[in-house]
Amino acid sequence: MGKIEWAMWANEQALASGLILLTGGIVGVAGQFAGWQFAAYGVAAGVFVCLLEYPRGRRAKGTSVERTGQYCLTVCVKAFGPITRNYYVRAFLHAALCVPGGFMLATVLGCVCLGIASLIYLLAAIRGEQWLPILPKTETREKPRESIKEPPQNPPPRPPADLRRKRLEDVEGAAYVNPIPVTGSED
Amino acid sequence: PGTLPVGGIESKCPCGVVAVQQALPWARAPAACLNFNCMLILLPVCRNLLSFLRGSIQRCSRSAARQLDRNLTFHKLVAYMIALHTAIHILAHLFNFERFMDAQLDKNDTLQYVLSQIGNGDNRSYLNPIRTKDTNPTYVMFTTIAGLTGVFMTLALILMITSSTEVIRRSYFEVFWFTHHLFVIFFIGLVLHGIGRIVRGQTPTSFQENNPAECEKYYREWGKNGTFCPVPNFAGNPPMTWKWVVGPMFLYLCERVVRFVRSQQKVVITKVVMHPSRTLELQMRMKGFKMEVGQYVFMQCPSISQLEWHPFTLTSAPEEDHFSVHIRIVGDWTEALYKACGGDKTEVQDAWTLPKMAIDGPFGTASEDVFRYEVVMLVGAGIGVTPFASILKSVWYKYVQQNANVFTRKIYFYWLCPETEAFEWFADLLQSLEGQMVEKGLTDFLSCNIYLTRWKESEAAHFTVHHEAENDPITGLKQKTLYGKPNWTTEFNNIAAKHNGAKVGVFLCGPLGLAKTLGKQCRTHSVSGVKFIFNKENF
Repeated sequence: MGKIEWAMWANEQALASGLILLTGGIVGVAGQFAGWQFAAYGVAAGVFVCLLEYPRGRRAKGTSVERTGQYCLTVCVKAFGPITRNYYVRAFLHAALCVPGGFMLATVLGCVCLGIASLIYLLAAIRGEQWLPILPKTETREKPRESIKEPPQNPPPRPPADLRRKRLEDVEGAAYVNPIPVTGSED
Repeated sequence: PGTLPVGGIESKCPCGVVAVQQALPWARAPAACLNFNCMLILLPVCRNLLSFLRGSIQRCSRSAARQLDRNLTFHKLVAYMIALHTAIHILAHLFNFERFMDAQLDKNDTLQYVLSQIGNGDNRSYLNPIRTKDTNPTYVMFTTIAGLTGVFMTLALILMITSSTEVIRRSYFEVFWFTHHLFVIFFIGLVLHGIGRIVRGQTPTSFQENNPAECEKYYREWGKNGTFCPVPNFAGNPPMTWKWVVGPMFLYLCERVVRFVRSQQKVVITKVVMHPSRTLELQMRMKGFKMEVGQYVFMQCPSISQLEWHPFTLTSAPEEDHFSVHIRIVGDWTEALYKACGGDKTEVQDAWTLPKMAIDGPFGTASEDVFRYEVVMLVGAGIGVTPFASILKSVWYKYVQQNANVFTRKIYFYWLCPETEAFEWFADLLQSLEGQMVEKGLTDFLSCNIYLTRWKESEAAHFTVHHEAENDPITGLKQKTLYGKPNWTTEFNNIAAKHNGAKVGVFLCGPLGLAKTLGKQCRTHSVSGVKFIFNKENF
């Protein structure tokens, strides 16, 4: 089990907990249960946790699979920098968020699940894992090849100098075919 | 699963329904569905039982036996149902608890309040499981057997589900495998869930004396002098779930025992071959081991891990005196196996230094059916070509050595590979096959099409230059490697044209996208005489 990135599982667990907390909260508020204020909190906390956990982080090894449509949330989560990157922060955040859920039956399941997610995140943090965003690679424009960028270093190949000297007595013989085709300049 | 005789519930527990309105049936209904689903969920994962069933059914009907290949899909579907019904059950119970609590706290002299006060003296004939008003639903949940087992079951279920997502399963199999064993807690909780008899119904004798239809209106006078409605009595319903799950639990226990017994059989590694591109071949022998083409086994290496069993396709033919697997070294376990077999050492290893192995299997897959088709299309993507190694070897043995009358007349083999390195061990096999086929004049039997789907620019130059060479620059085969992806429409059209009136078996071991493509092609081309039957192999 050495190479497991616990954060991947913690993320799944936390997302599920967010949904459970949200559902329990909605039921508690809709049914006007006793202690519905905790249920209302559950709705808010559930939504927050879902938004935070929806963008999957990049795996350190191997290909990362994004969740559908996670790009916008990835950008938002990334904007918080070290707060969202560090898993210790997430572990303690989830631990703190889950506590009020324990005061009402409808949200208690969400509370326990979020607590478990917090523990797995703590494990991930202890092992030094970090949340890195999955961002599409920016396309690198094709660089023009080296030979085009710099002027030629060597002169063009020519026949030896004595052959090139103008021979007025033998104009026909002095003519030679240029080994490299020469085109006249445009201007 | 899921038809509930609501009439039945209401006629037994009308008072219960009054107390909590409709939430009680909403909780009982998913509970009934859960009984059924929990019975079903253990069955598709009894590999040995399924293998046995497959063998017996195959004699009667091939297509029926093929349904057993989809056992994992069925397991997942039942799991989704369990999750759904659990959710409904819990939500309904949230309302139940709340209303039972309200009934106790009721200040008005309502029917709910009166019903809740029944049984306050002897604590036996009560209806409302919440016995006092000095409590809250959360406390009650944690202090009743039903509530507590419910909590443990739900937590086990949630942890099992979150660790079974595709991402976790494919990348961190061990997390999935170990967490999934929480099903033991789930089933223990399930059986004990009803033991507290928390769901109460009116006793039959009480029903005779106090008929709710007549006595409901006179609830203030129950039991008082001069009335004809005595106080109703309630008793708990006995637990029913165990009747549903005890059978499958026993079958699964037998399955695990069988796996254990099979794993104790002695397995000897006779040869270890290290192939390029990090592929390890193990050749083994075990007494009484019988296999068919395209089957797979589960392997365990106690010196690496006592609990991990990993599936590998058998790459040897049934005609050989040993069985072999080709293992790609990608994770912890395979890396450890590589080291244990001396893969990183250069000198020859003594037989006694090789690790002890345990084998469970072989288990059948769709590839067993290959020789029952007249014309066969085999498509393997990358490492997915492994089951076909077994088939092709078997083909060679049957035709070349034994000259047996084989029903299969033509095999079209397609190998899609993203890199050239992966070709080597399989290329050797193809080369020897090709040579043998040429010798025996059987070049028409097997048609190999190898597609290189990705290449580097530097390689492309090499291919262009050696295009006219007799042997292919990559595989060394006479059959040239083709580049890019195959045009399936053209291929299917050609095969349909050449084999009118035949049933063509299409076998794939590869990614889902390719499966969808081929499935669609099979359907569109299965017209006028030619039938393409699609078989997908997956773990």
